[in-house]
Amino acid sequence: MSTLAIDKAGPSRKVRYGSMSRDRTWALRWSYFFLVLFAIFFLTPPIYMLITSLKGSAEISAATNPWWVFHPTLSNYVELLTSNQFLRFFWNSSIISITVVIVTMLISVPAAFALARMKFWGSATLATGVFLTYLIPDSLLFIPLFKMLAVIQEFTGITLLNRWYVLVFIYPTLTVPFCTWIMIGYFASIPKELDEAAIIDGASWLQTLLRIFIPVALPGLIAATIFAFTVSWAQFLYPLVFTTSVDQLVLPVGITTTLIKGDVFNWGQIMTGALLGAAPPLIIYAFLMDYYIAGLTAGATKG
Amino acid sequence: MADVALRKVIKRYDDVEAVRGIDLDISDHEFIVLVGPSGCGKSTTLRMIAGLEDITGGDIMIGGDVVNDVPPKDRDIAMVFQNYALYPHMTVAENMSFGLRLKHYPKAEIKARVTEAARLLDITDLIDRKPKQLSGGQRQRVAMGRAIVRNPKVFLFDEPLSNLDAKLRVQMRIEIKKVHQKVRTTTVYVTHDQVEAMTLADRVVVMNKGRIEQIGTPNELYHKPATRFVAGFIGSPAMNFIPCRLEDAAGTLRIRLSDRIAFPLPPARAARYGALPRTDKLLLGIRPEHLTEAHAHLEPGEETFDTVLDVTEPMGMETLVYFALDGTPVCGRVDPNAGAADGAPMRLAMDLNNMHLLNEETGAVL
Repeated sequence: MSTLAIDKAGPSRKVRYGSMSRDRTWALRWSYFFLVLFAIFFLTPPIYMLITSLKGSAEISAATNPWWVFHPTLSNYVELLTSNQFLRFFWNSSIISITVVIVTMLISVPAAFALARMKFWGSATLATGVFLTYLIPDSLLFIPLFKMLAVIQEFTGITLLNRWYVLVFIYPTLTVPFCTWIMIGYFASIPKELDEAAIIDGASWLQTLLRIFIPVALPGLIAATIFAFTVSWAQFLYPLVFTTSVDQLVLPVGITTTLIKGDVFNWGQIMTGALLGAAPPLIIYAFLMDYYIAGLTAGATKG
Repeated sequence: MADVALRKVIKRYDDVEAVRGIDLDISDHEFIVLVGPSGCGKSTTLRMIAGLEDITGGDIMIGGDVVNDVPPKDRDIAMVFQNYALYPHMTVAENMSFGLRLKHYPKAEIKARVTEAARLLDITDLIDRKPKQLSGGQRQRVAMGRAIVRNPKVFLFDEPLSNLDAKLRVQMRIEIKKVHQKVRTTTVYVTHDQVEAMTLADRVVVMNKGRIEQIGTPNELYHKPATRFVAGFIGSPAMNFIPCRLEDAAGTLRIRLSDRIAFPLPPARAARYGALPRTDKLLLGIRPEHLTEAHAHLEPGEETFDTVLDVTEPMGMETLVYFALDGTPVCGRVDPNAGAADGAPMRLAMDLNNMHLLNEETGAVL
């Protein structure tokens, strides 16, 4: 082996310099090729939505080029944004998502801190258990959940079904396990000496959490927040099952149920509603993108 | 400030006994260093004093009060960690004042204490920086500053210099000594580095396998080690241990190292070892500095022998020479101008006035 290597490096053989940069160039070419491919794949639907949203119903049903707007109009936007119904969906979605984020964080962060740091009997098993609950798909859970709520409603007399606020109780079954799991990873990556130093400095567990752990794990906290918000905002199955009256609906369900009448699809408004509905998460991502990515990668390598 | 006492302190993890009954009295203002190889229980002992580990048995007293069940924050101690454990989101000043702020000290007092500690540690210019903007040495100073501002009864150091490079370590060692001379707080310092232990400590506690091997001043440990472990652990390069036995020859007591090498013992040593059974398996303990090149004029107690050197290590001010005595590797320290060379023959002198005699089986120094 060694003689072979010496022969290769010998002066008689012409050494090709710069092969590193050649490799790099090819790696970049392939990267760009696939990135462009995926960008086209993922951006085509929203672009199609945008194009369609700018068309009137006549143009949509006409047999013209579907990828071009010949008579641009904002009528779909005006109609939706002046419709009380649509604003009601938007409001319901917002209030539910924000409340769910708050509830999730209030449960997940202390839970993760306890599971990651306050070693108690069964804490490791419990931490794994938390994650396992996340693995049960919501399409399996909704029937027992519905039954549960029906029973509670029957016994207590409190109306739970067909009320938007019931979703505030249900969504955390999706968000809390995952957010707790993310935060356990974050908290576990904080060196043990840091809380020991805080304890010696005289901090209680709560002070250690609030003044040391939360600020240090802020990227993780933001990642968890974004996740909880996105899940609540985009959830479709649960609101479809648990709410039926028009004034109780959230955005994704509202758009599909009110803008499709029988076999008549109001495509222009459906596309517009979907675009407007995608806006809030998009804005949040744009602002917190750096934190989110930092959060995801840190969680990937540690914890 | 206060004295610290450990009474038969035991720490057991499941079925592993990490600390096996330690008795230790640390007086007020004293600088104590716990030293030993990794896994000897020194860090566990420190963490038990801090209250970060529960104790399985025995008592720990700080300032005369038993603190076994007192939480760390009420023990009035401050600790410096190996990885500094600075709060990354706080500035230097905030890091140092965190403990005081939690205890709701008046703002003016906090500021005064932080300023004073920063001046003492020469980090006044860094006070508004975040830890990640600091070098390793600066971070270690901040960690010390955080301990000093609290003005605690006891300072606890857990291998504070292990993360620094060699040069900085020497520098910070001196800084720590200076700080202790100024603030005079009782200090317990854990390290695996015997040089750090020797240079910093008023008294060194050598630990091995969860027990204390010996407690003493650096000089006591160096010159009068109680066990083979201490003799071998303290000092660098380590003490040589050469199998030997005692024999009587023509009315003098001799120590035989090999078939061809046997030295008469100096009178003081002969009197001390005279009563030992001649059959015992013994070890001659001799430090490299007492194995030097043979001068023309020999002091009483110095004996010469010829050997062939295996390897030499020039250190500048001295040259370390390695050779074998009857198969036992031995290290000596000679003058750089003595002509020592790899593979060359050399006449060396052994200073038997500074020898130690150990029982090979028990490891006790006789």
